[in-house]
Amino acid sequence: MVTVRVYVTLKPSLLDSAGRTVADSLQKLGFREVSGCRIGKLIELTMAEYSEPRLKEMCDKLLANPVIEDYRFEVAT
Amino acid sequence: MRVAVIRFPGSNCDQDALYGLRDNVGLASEYVWHEEDSLAGFDAAFLPGGFAYGDYLRCGAIASRSPVMAEVRRFAAEGRPVLGVCNGFQVLCEAGILPGALLPNEDRMFVCDAVWLRAVNRKSPWTQGADRILRIPVAHGEGRYFAEDATIARLFEEDRVAFLYCGPEGQSGDEFNPNGSVRHIAGILSEQGNVLGMMPHPERATRHILGSRDGLQVLSSLADASLWPSPRLAASTAGRAI
Repeated sequence: MVTVRVYVTLKPSLLDSAGRTVADSLQKLGFREVSGCRIGKLIELTMAEYSEPRLKEMCDKLLANPVIEDYRFEVAT
Repeated sequence: MRVAVIRFPGSNCDQDALYGLRDNVGLASEYVWHEEDSLAGFDAAFLPGGFAYGDYLRCGAIASRSPVMAEVRRFAAEGRPVLGVCNGFQVLCEAGILPGALLPNEDRMFVCDAVWLRAVNRKSPWTQGADRILRIPVAHGEGRYFAEDATIARLFEEDRVAFLYCGPEGQSGDEFNPNGSVRHIAGILSEQGNVLGMMPHPERATRHILGSRDGLQVLSSLADASLWPSPRLAASTAGRAI
């Protein structure tokens, strides 16, 4: 079994309203060094075998929306 | 005109849709479960609002891959009427039937309010005869329409922007935009004009007692058989035949 981690993030040019809320909250807690926050998703897949093209297909077909999101993945060690 | 009101697990505006279409427009309408793989016998599809599949992954993402969507795609290609409202609009975008995507509202708030809409395109089968300004409610947390600049430019060039959020006199302004949608876009049309996706809920504006009847201006398009299949598609098909 292989574990693959897929990271899906909102494209940098898009406003991340949830991330902005978290950054505001951190600042209110006194973490004034925080000036920004972006929130993405971690999707962990358990697979019988690893195949990069298959992974890419999964991301393109379902896991990420290319209009608004970027993705990258890695095999967990 | 028989209308299929598609039900996904988590749809919650399906009854409003059926009530609007059947009781207020007088159309034969029926619920169709999302696992159906045929829309045989139906002429139009309505994708209602809600939180299909809990909006897991992304709004509309899982629903857009369900079996019935192959048929909705066929309807879209054949020039038949397809209307996606709120979550239904998100499903149509996720399916790639309409361009763009819906993001969380800019101010992070769920918005539930009546808004003013300016009908930009008043010639499409869905919007012909519509008043210039309509009053229709919205209720969503993820309604910020986004598409790349080139796509937005194309939508305007091709007269595919159905509705913009506006003020009571039709004026544009950020204060009238409930979610931060790019260029105040509230609803868009497919290339053929037969698919309409919009965040506001016409099915919730069908009786005076509901606060507005302006939604009927959209829904009653389905009652005019002469509009369907979409004339624009018919014209382009004829062009190809030549």
